[in-house]
Amino acid sequence: MSSDSTYESYYVPHNSPLPIFASLGLFLTVYGGGSLLNEIQSGSGGNFGTTVLALGGLVMAVTLFFWFSKVIEENNAKMYSQQMNKSFVWGMSWFIFSEVMFFAAFFGALFYVRFWVVDWIGETDDVVGGRGPSSMIWPDYVPEWPLLNNPNPEQFPAPAGVIGAWGLPLVNTLLLVASSFTVTLAHHAINAGERKKIVGWLVVTIALGLAFLVCQGVEYYEAYAHYGLTLSSGIFGSTFFMLTGFHGAHVTIGTIMLIVMLGRAMKGHFTKTDCFGFEAAAWYWHFVDVVWLLLFVLVYILGT
Amino acid sequence: MSAVIENHHDDHHHGPDKGLMRWVLTTNHKDIGTLYLWFSFIMFLTGGCMALVIRAELFQPGLQLVVPEFFNQMTTMHGLIMVFGAVMPAFVGLANWLVPMMIGAPDMALPRMNNYSFWILPFAFSMLLSTLFMEGGAPNFGWTFYAPLSTEYAPPSVTFFIFAVHLMGISSIMGSINVVVTILNLRAPGMRLMDMPLFVWTWLITAYLLIAVMPVLAGVVTMMLMDIHFGTAFFSAGGGGDPVLFQHVFWFFGHPEVYIMILPAFGIVSAIIPTFARKKLFGYDSMVYATASIAFLSFIVWAHHMFTVGMPIAGELYFMYATMLIAVPTGVKVFNWAATMWQGSMTFETPMLFAVAFVILFTIGGLSGLMLAIVPADFQYHDTYFVVAHFHYVLVPGSIFSIMAAAYYWLPKWTGNMYDETLGKTHFWLSFVGVNVTFFPQHFIGLAGMPRRYPDYALQFADWNMVSSVGAFIFGFSQLLFLFIVIKCIMGGKKATDEVWEGAEGLEWTIASPAPYHTFSTPPELPERSMA
Repeated sequence: MSSDSTYESYYVPHNSPLPIFASLGLFLTVYGGGSLLNEIQSGSGGNFGTTVLALGGLVMAVTLFFWFSKVIEENNAKMYSQQMNKSFVWGMSWFIFSEVMFFAAFFGALFYVRFWVVDWIGETDDVVGGRGPSSMIWPDYVPEWPLLNNPNPEQFPAPAGVIGAWGLPLVNTLLLVASSFTVTLAHHAINAGERKKIVGWLVVTIALGLAFLVCQGVEYYEAYAHYGLTLSSGIFGSTFFMLTGFHGAHVTIGTIMLIVMLGRAMKGHFTKTDCFGFEAAAWYWHFVDVVWLLLFVLVYILGT
Repeated sequence: MSAVIENHHDDHHHGPDKGLMRWVLTTNHKDIGTLYLWFSFIMFLTGGCMALVIRAELFQPGLQLVVPEFFNQMTTMHGLIMVFGAVMPAFVGLANWLVPMMIGAPDMALPRMNNYSFWILPFAFSMLLSTLFMEGGAPNFGWTFYAPLSTEYAPPSVTFFIFAVHLMGISSIMGSINVVVTILNLRAPGMRLMDMPLFVWTWLITAYLLIAVMPVLAGVVTMMLMDIHFGTAFFSAGGGGDPVLFQHVFWFFGHPEVYIMILPAFGIVSAIIPTFARKKLFGYDSMVYATASIAFLSFIVWAHHMFTVGMPIAGELYFMYATMLIAVPTGVKVFNWAATMWQGSMTFETPMLFAVAFVILFTIGGLSGLMLAIVPADFQYHDTYFVVAHFHYVLVPGSIFSIMAAAYYWLPKWTGNMYDETLGKTHFWLSFVGVNVTFFPQHFIGLAGMPRRYPDYALQFADWNMVSSVGAFIFGFSQLLFLFIVIKCIMGGKKATDEVWEGAEGLEWTIASPAPYHTFSTPPELPERSMA
């Protein structure tokens, strides 16, 4: 205490209508989404679900816009102390940790299926010896990875092939790794206070992110159209699309964050000592990059 | 600009707003703590009513009151509501009230997000409860929602169940991030980690567990959603998936989850026992390390819930021994509580009664847990009432008793009034008798082979089931007395002093009773270091 000449008081906002709207928006989104899914399943249109879902999405988007605007406005009004900034830093770090654990669940599922389940269904385990009961139900099943013949092909028609690692996925790897460098260059530009360079490198980063998403789209199209590799083509398709799909969703979120940061940079928001919004987006971007590298190795290289 | 800053300066001296909007818009940690606690209590009564439906049906063999389908919905909803709606929000409410006061912080670190974390919950539980009125009924597959019962064979309402779980997860993760950040960043200058009260320590570790495993729960319900609506094969062997995968992912969340529901209880008891024994807590450091060890071990023991599902023998052995290791740090804790009481000049006010009962009855639940950890024995006990007895002993006289102890202990600080001690003691003894009469006989019928989650049972289980049901109604209705005591205490009563309890330690006892709306807008000077 004695070293600080003045104590900066910690900003505690008095009341806010933002959270209740965000809660409402979140509720409408999931309630609409759930209704829509059930309506599709029971074959009863889907008007109600779609309407509520759209309404929820709208409330959520508007609320988040005002929420982030408010935070930026308060920051620009110098209401945040250094200690407050630290709270944001910790908060974002722990949020990213929670995201890591979300992906861990799906990577864990892939690991478990690949190393145990595929063999257990075929009962080729040395300990058990020979072929067991599941081979009586599904005599044509061959345990292999990627799984190109499902135990029950009537329920889950198997894919004819899978996406190899060295085509589009390699291109995507290069794109994302490059974007991690460019976002760092934008950070350096912030430290140097060179506005044009900040904007330039951010534009490049966003372009790389969008290019990634386009490649991902092309890859999905190929998977569906040429290989019959779909969400419902058995466990390979399930794990493949869930892992790459959630990653793609995170790239989308990260790109939106970067676009917001681009807007803020153009307004001249960031300085060397005051650029947490940018840093948070950049950390998120690096996190998405690391997840992709794991995907590239575990799903594409070792998985195909 | 200076106007803005002045304005912000004024904020700290604001009192609460009037009317309903105070509670909807609030960013104050005390208001939000109160909201959490009342919400939790409403859920406790809701889930309790469901438990009483279950016990009423099981009063006698045969089917009397409800159809089996509805019975299944009751067991499922009772579990979900008690775990996610009653116990977890109660601890978050206590954290909201107490953590900033205990560490000398002006509020929680991210106050608006704090409000958001709370207000998601009423929406989530309204949605979950609304499934009771949907076509096909509410979720009926048990609170552990094993696939394929919860996917291929589930009622359509499962979709809303899944999204309700997502909402609870989002709420928990944001709430926990807030707690972690508050503890790491907002401690009064000079308060080191090893100076923090144990309630703060246990919550720091609990919040870490929550941030680590709630996303895994989100992952597993997402896989369910995809299996149900998008034809994926995660839990379907026909597509190369595995129903057992569900159990692995679920229990990777589920086991840390049970510690999420007990670690804050350890913190509460570690605050109360020293006060009423008028001694320092025995072994503070070892308490911290034991808590951390329990948290670490909780990540590597999950498959002890799945011994009968079919696992390689090496897996069964590993999970058995790893599970037994947990007894070591837990034993350290129980030993420390006993050692704290040893030769203390003890008095038995209501919080102390609940805390002592916690130590004894939680230990019974822990010991039956050790029995269940033994693989060959578990083959017999699995899915019997012995398991039900085990986890209710750690949850009801464990978690719930600690929450009640906390309520009595800190109510005078919150309201400024003492609660009625005679009524409090009456509430304790009714609860204590009720809980043991309810759950102790379930050990016997479980060992004798009565399976859980059935509305009917063989005749030889009749006597103990009847006893258990009588106990459940005693316990259930005594909680109305608790409600009365709390309301009475809020309305008035003997004025509490600032210290409230003779010899209570901690920053929260240095401020006025009732605690002012804003505390520690500037950090307090710490009393000279007590732990060093």
